Amino acid sequence: MHEPVLLIIACASITYATRAGGHVLLSRFKTINYRFEAALHAVPIAVLTALVAPAALTHGPAEAAAIIVSASVAMRCQLIISVACGLSTLLLLRHLLT
Amino acid sequence: MAKMPVHGNDVLDGIKDALPILIAVAPFSAVFGAVAISNGFSFAELMLTSASIYAVASQYVMVDLISQEVPAWSVMLSVFAINFRHVLYSASIGRHMQAFSLVQKAVAFFLLVDPQYAASEARRNKTTLRPAYYFAYAITVYTTWMVANALGAIFGTLISHPEKLGIDFILPIYFMGLVAGFHQRPQFFLVLLVSCLASWLSYFTLGSPWHITLGGIAGLITAALTAKEPEPEHA
Repeated sequence: MHEPVLLIIACASITYATRAGGHVLLSRFKTINYRFEAALHAVPIAVLTALVAPAALTHGPAEAAAIIVSASVAMRCQLIISVACGLSTLLLLRHLLT
Repeated sequence: MAKMPVHGNDVLDGIKDALPILIAVAPFSAVFGAVAISNGFSFAELMLTSASIYAVASQYVMVDLISQEVPAWSVMLSVFAINFRHVLYSASIGRHMQAFSLVQKAVAFFLLVDPQYAASEARRNKTTLRPAYYFAYAITVYTTWMVANALGAIFGTLISHPEKLGIDFILPIYFMGLVAGFHQRPQFFLVLLVSCLASWLSYFTLGSPWHITLGGIAGLITAALTAKEPEPEHA
């Protein structure tokens, strides 16, 4: 390992640049086109879905079902309830399927 | 719309909203601590990594690449690729930080991890996003993260079977629940479907972490293309 502390600090700087950068770039514009606005509005849906999607296919039926249950319950109930339902589904199916 | 809560509830709400995610954060952090030590990191290097980067997925990759003695530039490029999604988080939530001073913003962006971003978007859907709420949530998660990292490094074998409790899969379940919470936003199902398909396609062709960036961007393009032009305002 060469100069690990320098590499850690470089990686921390890169990470901070991504976290502050989006806002710094965007705040240079006074008005925002409505299409761009719509895209920003969709960020949590698009990025979080993309983050999770492979997990629904790569683990197994119990994991896929847990994701679907969590999403369906969260359409109507609070997040804590949907996480509890998703987790119960996961544990129940893992128990039944193995 | 829900009535505006008084300022005093911000701190309490922030901590309360962070509690469910701690169940996932603590074991992930502890496992990372154990993995880093077993990959040759010293305790001080581990604590510096977690304190200064604070992005667990990229830290796993960093530790893995460093132990393979990959050149530094490719470690840095991988960290950038994995963390690129934060650019979008920052652009999106930055517009709802009117209540933050410049210094508060600078610190807030340092703490902008996935659950922090999602909770902040959910908060501003309900009421105004204020620093008290943001930092109460952030400090709760960050403290747990650091303590669990240290415990994991010290008691590496503490969590022998995380899968028995479902802890290994609680993050996808949590993120999916968060996504569904945004179902009233325009084009919710279309964006979800396109992002999901694009994520799968990138994951199985190019591999991780491209699915995050490409799947996310596909959803954003969809939202932009299907957006309706606003009615001109009456003078």
